Amino acid sequence: MSDYILMMISAIFANNILLIKFLGNCPFVGVSTSLESAIGMSGAALFVNVMASCITWMVYNFVLVPFELEYLRTVVFILVIASLVQLVEIVLQKVAPALYRALGIYLPLITTNCMIFGVAVLNVQQKHTFMETLVYSIATAIGWDLALLILAGIRERFALGKIPTLFQGFPIALITAGMMGLCFAGFLGLGQ
Amino acid sequence: MSRIVQEFTKGLWKEVPPFRFVLGLCPTLAVTSSVSSALGLGCGVIFVLLVSNLLVSAFRNFIPSKIRVPVFIVIIASAVTIVELSMEAYFYPLYRVLGIWIPLIVVNCLILGRAEAFARKNPVLLSVADGLGMGIGFTISLVVLASIREIIGAGTWFGIRIMPDSYIGFQLLLRPPGAFLCLGFILAFMNFISMRMEHK
Repeated sequence: MSDYILMMISAIFANNILLIKFLGNCPFVGVSTSLESAIGMSGAALFVNVMASCITWMVYNFVLVPFELEYLRTVVFILVIASLVQLVEIVLQKVAPALYRALGIYLPLITTNCMIFGVAVLNVQQKHTFMETLVYSIATAIGWDLALLILAGIRERFALGKIPTLFQGFPIALITAGMMGLCFAGFLGLGQ
Repeated sequence: MSRIVQEFTKGLWKEVPPFRFVLGLCPTLAVTSSVSSALGLGCGVIFVLLVSNLLVSAFRNFIPSKIRVPVFIVIIASAVTIVELSMEAYFYPLYRVLGIWIPLIVVNCLILGRAEAFARKNPVLLSVADGLGMGIGFTISLVVLASIREIIGAGTWFGIRIMPDSYIGFQLLLRPPGAFLCLGFILAFMNFISMRMEHK
């Protein structure tokens, strides 16, 4: 049990998937301009990350490994993730229209979120068990959401401050992310 | 002919990724702590971009537009698998250093973006020129960023010491937060240059 807790703390803080491992940066600077869209995106990312990790883990260990097809990992994983996102979109639209309206426009963006694919690959590379995969995917997604929400909160305040013309837009967002990375680097040594 | 040259050179300055178009940020930040790994990943991206642009534009009249994205992804993923297997066979040390970033070329939005925005509407030669230009532009950007980080951070370039021995190195630039800071300042510098050019 304590292993899982350590793994969670390490994945959320010390090895934050976004600020330390650099996975999922494009949506990070893209949708973090307002808190509202960041909340939608973080919900969608958490949901898809956990489902995608579990399904790719099963496909890898129950289909690819027995048939010795490990070299097809990249092709199979990206197909599974792309079709999963489509499937989730269709199912949500039917079953939970309210949730679909909240997450809907963020779901297609998820396919190009390299965190989903990266976590799926990391899980099989580090030979996680199924429970570890589940815990690791939840923890990485929480870490990503945390960084995204903090940056969105800070960027909303930019409207009030005087930012030099040269730094407006992406440059200041990246520098802010760097400062946040420094804060998260303070957690190094915590966890595994 | 002039169209081909034009499509090739736009990737080198006017639309150079990731400085002008903020696409493919993750590998840019992750592999640029040393120049050699930046160059290695850049070469992988050039190859994948070439293959995907070539195939997408060659088959552009056969791919139904409704399922085009999955088809593009399969083409890209196959090219990435080729890169991954050949790097493991012939450049094993580089393969170890780049690690997860080789399979992650698949989700580099730069490649899908070029297939979607350019290759599916243009003939083969133009698409190849576009892919080559964008790929080389991306590689040069990576090498520039990595050079700044490696020279200031460690005092070396391609692993060869170029700063005086007494230079300790600004370690922060080699660490993950330094990548964000460095890229932020480069983007601001690019803004500065474009504003100066507009004034003239």
